[in-house]
Formats: sequence, C-alpha cells, structure tokens
Amino acid sequence: MPDPTAAPLIRARRLTKRFGSFTAVDGVDFDVAPGEAFGFLGPNGAGKTSTMRMIGTVSPVTAGELTVFGMSPEHHGAAIRARLGVVPQADTLDNELSVLENLIIYGRYFDLGWAESRRRATELLEFVQLTERSDDKVEPLSGGMKRRLVIARALINEPSLLLLDEPTTGLDPQARHLLWDRLYRLKQRGVTLCLTTHYMDEAEQLCDRLVVMDRARIVAEGSPRQLIDRYVTREVLELRFRRGDDESDDTAQLDGKLDGLADRVEQLPDRVLVYTADGEAAAAAAYERGLRPASVLVRRSSLEDVFLSLTGRSLVE
Amino acid sequence: MTALSGVRLGRPGAVASRRSLRILEHDLLVFRRGWSSYLLSGLSQPFLYLVSMGIGLGLYVNRSGSLPGGVSYLAYVAPALLVTQAMMAASFESAWPIMNKIHWDKTYHAALNTPVGAIDLLVGDLMWIAFRATLLSTLFLLVVVVLGAAASPLVVLAIPVAVLTALSFAAPIMAFTATQTGDGGFNALFRFGITPLFLFSGTFFPIEKLPLFLQPLAWVTPLYHGVAAARALSVGQLDPIGLTVHVGALLAVIVAGVAAGRVTFRRRLVV
Repeated sequence: MPDPTAAPLIRARRLTKRFGSFTAVDGVDFDVAPGEAFGFLGPNGAGKTSTMRMIGTVSPVTAGELTVFGMSPEHHGAAIRARLGVVPQADTLDNELSVLENLIIYGRYFDLGWAESRRRATELLEFVQLTERSDDKVEPLSGGMKRRLVIARALINEPSLLLLDEPTTGLDPQARHLLWDRLYRLKQRGVTLCLTTHYMDEAEQLCDRLVVMDRARIVAEGSPRQLIDRYVTREVLELRFRRGDDESDDTAQLDGKLDGLADRVEQLPDRVLVYTADGEAAAAAAYERGLRPASVLVRRSSLEDVFLSLTGRSLVE
Repeated sequence: MTALSGVRLGRPGAVASRRSLRILEHDLLVFRRGWSSYLLSGLSQPFLYLVSMGIGLGLYVNRSGSLPGGVSYLAYVAPALLVTQAMMAASFESAWPIMNKIHWDKTYHAALNTPVGAIDLLVGDLMWIAFRATLLSTLFLLVVVVLGAAASPLVVLAIPVAVLTALSFAAPIMAFTATQTGDGGFNALFRFGITPLFLFSGTFFPIEKLPLFLQPLAWVTPLYHGVAAARALSVGQLDPIGLTVHVGALLAVIVAGVAAGRVTFRRRLVV
C-alpha cells in the first residue's frame, strides 16, 4: 500500500519542458509515493509524454526541479535508469531478434549475466503469457502480445518504479483487461506504477491517485473518487434528441426546460449531459416538462465528466 | 570484456562507457542468425571481383606494362578491392540499419531507457562495423592468397588498414544518419559520394592518371589513403613515411567522425 509519509520516489516542482518556443510542460508540481499507482490523465498533446520522458531521464529538464529516487536526472541518469522499468508509447521491439532474445539482450543492457538474464526472461514470458512464442520473431505477434512483451522487457531489471506511457492505446478490450490484470498484480507486489492515459476507465481501474493535465498544466489532482466528488455530481443523465427535418438537432426544444433541474448542464454536439444527484428523478422531471428525447441514459459520473467540467472539452475527440 | 568493465570514462552519456560493449553484443546476437550467408557472400564476392578484374581485365592491362613497380594488374588491384569492399560494407551498414534503429524500429530508444547512453550506441555500433570489416577483409585476403595475388607476407596488415578505412567512412556517415529523418539523403550520398570515390580513389588505376586538378581531391579522401597503404603492404614496396601519413589521415577522419557523431547522436536521441 502507498505510504504517504515515505520520501517520494518522484518529486517535481515547477517542472518545465520547452522545445524552442513551444512549452510542452508548464511548471507542474507533483509527488509519487512508493507503492502508489499514479496517473497522468489528459488528451493528446497535454504534456504527459514529455513529463514521462523527463522522469525517464531521456529528455533534459528545461527548468524547475525533478528528482527520481532522490537523484537528479541530469547527473545520475544511468543510476536512475538502472532502477526504472519503461514501457514507451511505441513498442520499439527488435524485429531482428526472437521474443526471448529481445528480453535477454535487454537484461544485458542492465549488466545482468547471460544466465541470469535468460532465467528472468523465461520467467517473465510466463508472467505475460508468451512462453509458447519464445522462439518466434516479434513481427507476427498481435498488438496485445507486443505490449505484453514490452512490459516483460521493462521488468527484466526488477524495477521498483514502472513508467507506462499509454500502455493500452490501440488494444482491443480483451487485450486491455489482460494487461490491466498484469499491472494490478505488479502493484500488489509493491511495484510503483506511474502511467499516462487518455482513457478514463483505465485511470479509474489502475490509479490510486492522478493528476489531470491539459495544455501543459496540471488542472486537478486527487483519487478518481475524490475528483468525481469534487468536480461532478454522483450521476449523469444523458439525453439524445432526434434531428429535426431541417437538420437542426432539435435541442431548440430544450429552451430552458432543464433550468433548475440539475447542478449543471453540458451540451455536446450529439447529446446533452445533465449532472444531478438523482438521474432517474431528473429524467422524470424532464419528461413532465414536455421534453421528448429519443434516448435516455442514466449512469455514474466518470473521470470523463471531470475532464469535461474542468476544460469544457471531451478527452478523446 | 571483464577487463574493461572496471573502466569508467567520466560522466555517463557524455562519453562512451563499457556499456558500448553491450551494443556490440546485440549486433553479434543478430549476426549469429545469419552468419552462413555472410560467409558465403564474403568469399564469393572477392572471388568474382578478382577473377573478372584482376585476371580478365588484367590480361589487357598487363600488356602495356605501365603499372608502378611493374606489378601485375591482379597484384595491383587486389589489395585495393580488399579495402574498397570493407569501405562499401561499412558505408551501407552505417546508413540504413542505423536509420532503422534511430527512426523506423526505434530500438535505440529502447536501449536508452536502460543505463546505456547515446554515445554507447555510437561506439558500440562502430565496434560492430569494425568486427564486420575484419571478417570481410580476412575472407577477402584468403581469396587473394589462394589466387597468388600478394607478393609480401605484410599483406596481412592490409586487414587493419581495411578496418580503419571502413571506420573512416562509418563514423562520419553515422553522424550524418543521425541528422536524417528518411533515407532520401542516402541515395544522394551513395550516388555522388561513395560511388565516385570507389571509382576514382586509385582503386583501379593510379591517381596520377587523373586530370591534374582532380588529384588533390583524391588525397583528401580516406579511401585513397586506405588503398595506397594496403597496396604498399601487399606488393611489399614499403615506405614508412608514406604509410604513417596514410594511417594518420585515416585516424584523423575517424576522430572527426566520432566527434561529429557524439554531437548528432545526442542532439537526435536525447531531446
């Protein structure tokens, strides 16, 4: 379990990354405690990957402070990387080597002996359920298998901190769940997870705590539950309206009819979100006021709603 | 390798460390999968070249009897082809495969997430290119000896000369590769750089036969120095000062290439 009193594994203050005149990360503050699963949630281009690359010591810090394991990336890059596991956004697997060889040579980069590297590689292939593919080339593996292999590769040095940059982007639901399960097991073993995602369900599944990033800044911080409690209501009523003959989307019929019904109303191109403690009651009230939506859905609020309320935009366009 | 593992060469990432040996290991692991085809082409290529040029073309050249020192055309061209082949292989190896590691498969980026640094990648892959040049030149030399095309036992020293020549191309080309985002630049490099050098660096005829204004151009190309040194060793016409100049020129180009590569590799990979 995360221990809030322990010295943070990662500590960032006013951390900034600029590429020329473009500011990718604009003075962010955060701490990651040992044993914690910490997430950066945000849309593409929010600065998540740049932050991860600075933590991974492969991208120099432009300004501000950053320590990883209490060390400075600038002066102790190799020592930090020796204790890190990194799952980059791109698989970066070696197509010239077999599945097993990909892991063994990676272990050599960490100065493991050949025998030890082979032993760990074999064990890790078991862990990510790729043992039968040991001697195959990498190319024919499915996307989900490649991701699992990359996770196995990141674990070869038995890292205490695992950095995952969009670990399940582009995977089908089944592959994602299998991956989440492996990450959950690692967390139970005490590995600290630090991940970026633009999937709300992923953040809710995996993260103890997260920061919401938007346009190079952190706009909110907390546990998924805290963020939902703080920024949105318990439930959301989603109303979809039939498009009229003149292609107007018929939201004209709303005409203030939702006023006073809810804490907040968000109008999206394809639907209307009504934030309220009791979705069923709000739906009934809307009907009484003469609204005739084509479909009605009541659901629990999610981090998507948090992001929407913070930025006025949805996460995945 | 263990002898070197205690060596620390300053700040990690700024200079090469023993971890460059891990990159060499990686390349040898890939090589292990395809060594038989390397061996086959490593022996057949020199045989084809030497028979067609040295013996075939040589029939006509020898009639004129005008080569320096009165050597046969086969003896003249064999050490030059040995060096040229190592140069060609190294040039290729430092272009497309390195681009693949930097830009297409991005395996360099995977390695950089370990204690391996950007300069280790440069030095490690240069070691692999040196290894490959040694192997190719040794196979070439076997064919040269079998065909009786070497006059002096010093011809074995043509192998290190070929390796230095290979590196004098590989280092600057790797530095160049790290500045590219596609392989378009390589086509120009080979068409207007490597191929003319191959033809006009004294490989097939003495550079004294070139128009006067082109001769200084030959002197500044590393291939000319590699070819001249290997030929002197092979035909046994040794001139210590000349040899020192040739080897010194090769070393200077290698040092400049590695220095450029240190800059371009870091600029490209650590951003």
